[in-house]
Amino acid sequence: MLHRFANPGQFLRLSGKVLPWLYWPGIILTVIALVWGLFFAPNDWQQGDTVKIMYVHVPAAWLASAGYFSLAVCSFISLVWRHPLADLAAVEIGPVGAGFTAVCLATGSLWGKPTWGAWWVWDARLTSVFVLLLLYLGHIALVRAFDDPTRGYRAGAILALVGVINLPIIKFSVDWWNTLHQPASIGLTGAPTIASSMLWPLLFSAIGFTLLFAAITITRTRAAVMERRIRSLLMAQASSATEQEAVS
Amino acid sequence: MTRKRKRLILVLACGIGLGSAAALTLSAFSDNLVFFVTPSDLAKNEHPGRQLRLGGLVEQGTVVRTAANGTAGVRFRVTDEKASVPVVYKGILPDLFREGQGVVVLGSLQPDGVFRASEVLAKHDETYMPKEVADALKKSGRWNPSAGPPPPASTWNEPIKQASGQPPG
Repeated sequence: MLHRFANPGQFLRLSGKVLPWLYWPGIILTVIALVWGLFFAPNDWQQGDTVKIMYVHVPAAWLASAGYFSLAVCSFISLVWRHPLADLAAVEIGPVGAGFTAVCLATGSLWGKPTWGAWWVWDARLTSVFVLLLLYLGHIALVRAFDDPTRGYRAGAILALVGVINLPIIKFSVDWWNTLHQPASIGLTGAPTIASSMLWPLLFSAIGFTLLFAAITITRTRAAVMERRIRSLLMAQASSATEQEAVS
Repeated sequence: MTRKRKRLILVLACGIGLGSAAALTLSAFSDNLVFFVTPSDLAKNEHPGRQLRLGGLVEQGTVVRTAANGTAGVRFRVTDEKASVPVVYKGILPDLFREGQGVVVLGSLQPDGVFRASEVLAKHDETYMPKEVADALKKSGRWNPSAGPPPPASTWNEPIKQASGQPPG
């Protein structure tokens, strides 16, 4: 089954059909969520307006982790089954995930100054997310560091899989150790500790961001597949041209 | 055994090895990974003169603002409900500083048992509550912010939908 979806031609056909269903709902949901969150959702009794940073910060943080998880899944498939599509997807997820992680860190810093009184502290949560950014940047650099792209894919996949250990650390850092960063307000177990008038725009924003992340990643992967096809076409043309020259 | 199967087993074995190594390392260094010590930690181990971070709640009724030579100062106690430590600080407090608020103070314990802070950070908890709800809870006497954390959100999440007129989505 994996082979059928990993076929680049099949991927181009299928993803072409899926993409508009990711872009449009993604854009619409994100716009609704941000307008709702920034203009209509209530202020927090302590944080005031600062609470609105949450509608960007929290979805960005979720996708920084989820994006890294998808990078690791691609790396696993690439190491074990050697699917070329997984290699390309891993390379294309990297910069998008790094971008979301950077947004998460920047918005967190903007929130930290008025709330905590510090732009940055080296507590376990902030440090582990910073390590996540370094892992993304390391992956971006490593997969492009070899003349033979296949060796870059292998090295990048190993780095990505080693880095997976950071994901549970990020998630549970606020529970295992005492940190300045607060624990999660929304969990799988237990009721959320956030007012529902703030929770709804946050959920919209999370879904919107997720759809956009998927859309951007798939668009990049499509471009990479097509680029590779053009390259092999050009090479085939060049080699047939030299053959003809040799014949004449 | 096919090569794919071999690679799968190899990757999984590496994962298990790496995972347990990381788990052991983290549990061994657990003491160094905490961002702050609590007043009870401080009472157990003496750290005179050592720079450290102390975290807890600002104890109710202990905040005394002092002003000497034009610099604002403050005295308060940090508590974890088992032990409490007196703190002195000169400088600007974060906006969220109040009685009952979680704080992390950087400084050192003086020989006289007073914690001299050079930096005070406010810790925000995981509760996000609209102002109207907080006012209503305080007014009805269901919550005193300087006494401790707010009641669970499930107890106030329903009334606010009517009170603030927000569409539930």
